[in-house]
Amino acid sequence: MTTTTTATTVEYLLRLADDNVVMGQRLSEYISRAPDLEEDLAVANIALDHVGVAQHLYTYAGELEGGGRTEDDLAFGRTEREFTNALLVEQPHHGFGDLIARQFLFDAYQLELWDALSRPDDARLAGIAAKAVKEARYHLRHSSSWVIRLGDGTDDSHRRIQDGIDAMWRFTGELFETDEVDLAAGVDPATLRQAWDGTVDAVLAEATLHRPEDPYQATGGRHGVHTEHLGHLLAEMQWMQRTYPGLEW
Amino acid sequence: MSYDVPQVPGEHQEDPTGGHEDHGWPLWEVFVRPKRGLSHTHAGSLHAPDAESAVQNARDAYTRRAEGVSVWVVPSTSIRASDDAESMFEPFEDRPYRHPTFYDIPDEVGQM
Repeated sequence: MTTTTTATTVEYLLRLADDNVVMGQRLSEYISRAPDLEEDLAVANIALDHVGVAQHLYTYAGELEGGGRTEDDLAFGRTEREFTNALLVEQPHHGFGDLIARQFLFDAYQLELWDALSRPDDARLAGIAAKAVKEARYHLRHSSSWVIRLGDGTDDSHRRIQDGIDAMWRFTGELFETDEVDLAAGVDPATLRQAWDGTVDAVLAEATLHRPEDPYQATGGRHGVHTEHLGHLLAEMQWMQRTYPGLEW
Repeated sequence: MSYDVPQVPGEHQEDPTGGHEDHGWPLWEVFVRPKRGLSHTHAGSLHAPDAESAVQNARDAYTRRAEGVSVWVVPSTSIRASDDAESMFEPFEDRPYRHPTFYDIPDEVGQM
């Protein structure tokens, strides 16, 4: 690989890794606050899946970069402006409805993404994607079944999940934006849109929820321009490594 | 010392079902098949609103360390348990002739 393409690949891997580490951190915040113990375990499991994928991606990115940065350096040593996760995953939740809405909209995207990435010729990335696609299939099963259960449940649960979908909706368009970094990696996010639309529409219909019509879509995450929420999340996630650099368990 | 559980904004304080333990959700018994060829074995129980979420919860609670390849969930209310162990099982305790312990097993058979 040439220097340029290596740098582009590293940038792409960091986007994927940042998406997953931030999502994992958000889900971890909910542990001990789920509606019941069983759901606590489910959320913790899914959080760990995301963190595990992020770890593989950071390790690979660090090796490609060749500068000696480890997965810990990349996760705990980069600033908010250096994180290139999508805005959706950094959005806070104010209850279970928000959490499930965010998870569902992201799972439907990640399932298609990992499926597409498990084919191209980067064998290492394809290996990570092939493992992640199985996890994403389960994540989507979990989140979509909750969307349906809540949407088609009581008036209160219907209202809460619809509020969650409405609140997260403006951050979904960014997932399908395309730039040269995506194209160099071999998967154009725009091509995932149709399958995502199909999944989302089918689940929302079964859940008796409506698809938001708000045309406004926020963007900027892929270039380090985040909502006000990411800085707080990173402060909590990174403080120990920043206070005690190199600390190990 | 008292301690207030942190409240997530938007969540209701009160539990509409009155009981904190079960949310009014039914109890399910979980059976896990450890590997192909073996029977499903009772692993424990959990609460869930419906069968689909019971399967998912069982997966997360009882198979996350790769304990199984299949799970069954059964509503606990569907299980009829034996009662009166004295009359049901004790009579068998003094019928040793029903146990295959009086045969000489050739060495070459090995462990049975």
